[in-house]
Amino acid sequence: MPVSMTPLAITAYTATSAMGRGRAAQLDALRRAHSGLRPNDFGATPLACWIGRVEGVESHVLPAALANWECRNNRLAWLGLNQDGFLDRVRLARDRHGADRVALLLGTSTASIGATEDAYRRLDVDGGLPDDMLRPAIHTPHSLAAFVSAALGLAGPCLTVSTACSSSAKVFASAERMIRLGLVDAAVVGGVDTLCDSVLFGFNALELVSRSPCRPFDAARDGISIGEAAGFALLERRDTAPDAPQLIGYGEASDAHHMSTPHPDGLGAELALRAALARAGLQPAQVDYINLHGTASQKNDEVEAALVSRSFPTHTRASSTKGFTGHTLGAAGIVEAVIALLAIEHGFIPGNLGGDTPDPACSPVFAWHNEQRRVDVALSNSFGFGGNNACLAFARAGRAA
Amino acid sequence: MNALRVYVEGIGLWSAQLASFADLQALLAGATPPAPTPRPAAATLPPNERRRAPASVLLAVEVAGQAVAMSGRAASELACVFASSHGDQAITDYMCATLAQTPAELSPIRFHNSVHNAAVGYWTIATGCHEPSTAVAAQRASFGAGLLEAVTQVLTEQRAVLLVCSDTDGTPPLLEVTGCTIDFGCALVLAAHASATSLARIDLTITGAGAVTALPEPLAGWRDASASACALPVLAALASGHGTCELDAASGIGLRIDMEKIV
Repeated sequence: MPVSMTPLAITAYTATSAMGRGRAAQLDALRRAHSGLRPNDFGATPLACWIGRVEGVESHVLPAALANWECRNNRLAWLGLNQDGFLDRVRLARDRHGADRVALLLGTSTASIGATEDAYRRLDVDGGLPDDMLRPAIHTPHSLAAFVSAALGLAGPCLTVSTACSSSAKVFASAERMIRLGLVDAAVVGGVDTLCDSVLFGFNALELVSRSPCRPFDAARDGISIGEAAGFALLERRDTAPDAPQLIGYGEASDAHHMSTPHPDGLGAELALRAALARAGLQPAQVDYINLHGTASQKNDEVEAALVSRSFPTHTRASSTKGFTGHTLGAAGIVEAVIALLAIEHGFIPGNLGGDTPDPACSPVFAWHNEQRRVDVALSNSFGFGGNNACLAFARAGRAA
Repeated sequence: MNALRVYVEGIGLWSAQLASFADLQALLAGATPPAPTPRPAAATLPPNERRRAPASVLLAVEVAGQAVAMSGRAASELACVFASSHGDQAITDYMCATLAQTPAELSPIRFHNSVHNAAVGYWTIATGCHEPSTAVAAQRASFGAGLLEAVTQVLTEQRAVLLVCSDTDGTPPLLEVTGCTIDFGCALVLAAHASATSLARIDLTITGAGAVTALPEPLAGWRDASASACALPVLAALASGHGTCELDAASGIGLRIDMEKIV
């Protein structure tokens, strides 16, 4: 097991999802138990399902200086960066530490593959990509991070983590390692994934998409609803902002079981959880809230319900918020990290929307409805294809240890 | 900042022209190594997985298997950092072409093989590895950025890490924007401490971007033809056991690598 880590301050954070733009919109939708899901209206031949679509992405044009990065994914990234004063906070960090002392580590599952899909729908008569799509920088998994690097004017280490649905959780771990080694003094982490045909038709081909709004941990759940989101956080050493909420632990582990279904005993998920608790120096009973991966797929929820039910006492509260946002894939880690941070900041446990008839595997640890209570320590689970698991641990500054 | 010091314990290499790191050493010594088989053997995968796995997975697993075998370590104990600039271009091409024509007919297997972490997923499954594993990208700097990620894991966790960087060749029309015309993959097993299996000691220093070590032909051409072949200055230095080289780790930063042979 890893040794405990020095906590890092989270000096800025933001998310934009189907619940709306920025933290206040996320909190408001969660408080009103208002889902952002809607019937699928994406693409030319929409499948009969529900999606978590961010309103207004199409009209959020990039500034002229960044026009060469135009694509829907980068528009959502830009929309997300413009919330909660995040751009200003990064500018301050850049001025304080130097552009080469701020890392940029972003997670995405499909980046701007939607632009490549679009190019293939409009091939030239000779079978080539159309002229307006001959932009190599947007047809690569690194498109998002390279765009955000240009938008933020950063010149430090810059990396894309693409481990499917754990991507934007794992960037917190990479950032902590870089700061601990002294390679950088701060890191912008986060992730963006947008709706695209690859994921809508891909998950549909795997028979993992529900025709109805997803119902995480419901006994009658029948699949996921796909969403899109952008989220970012700024990590710095604790002395920079002693009162800011903190990253206190993380864990990463592999199932070594199957490419698209989780280990039946949740082995990798449990190893990631134990590693996060060990780095945070926590016992399970000290955890107030867990934002679960909770996709509403049969297998994920079965395995995760068993894991949290056997691992935590009932005063720990747990819920999935994918009934609000849909499964935002590579952005799920950062969106749910933001929700965990909102739970700490506002003393608020979001209820598990969609779980009207709880799966019998769920212990009383599950919060089916909103609860108002102090949260000092919150975890967030993120699991991806390939058996890739991550767990993050956050805490209020100055919590009683 | 002090240099980041790690030890190389294993090296893997496979490309259209070279079947192993020993072949690169032979080439640089003036010999002409025999042409590799058309597909890498990827013997670490069980036979049924080997038949089903896409080309990008076979390439990554081949070089990973070579490096781990050379290190003498158990694959199941190594954390994994798998880098690739473009992932599986053949699958991207298939997905985009199918979605443009008959989206409802998309293959579920090819979809789950399309994730950037497919190769490291197959690898961890084949080797029973429950350690942390990641899949990363940084365009032309994927090897340098992956190396930096792997080295930070080695040093912060004081553990051995398997680094893989590989890209398969592309076909039109995607090739127009990836520019990746050859298969190239390499792998390193990196450790925090010197041991009986150490091959070389490397010190990494972060520098400004732009200084990239010149290579002789045919290596320079391979580097132009595959982002993963940007690893070649490091591999060439390893072939002689010592030297200094530079490569990009992001658009704004480079890495200087000072290497000493361990005897």
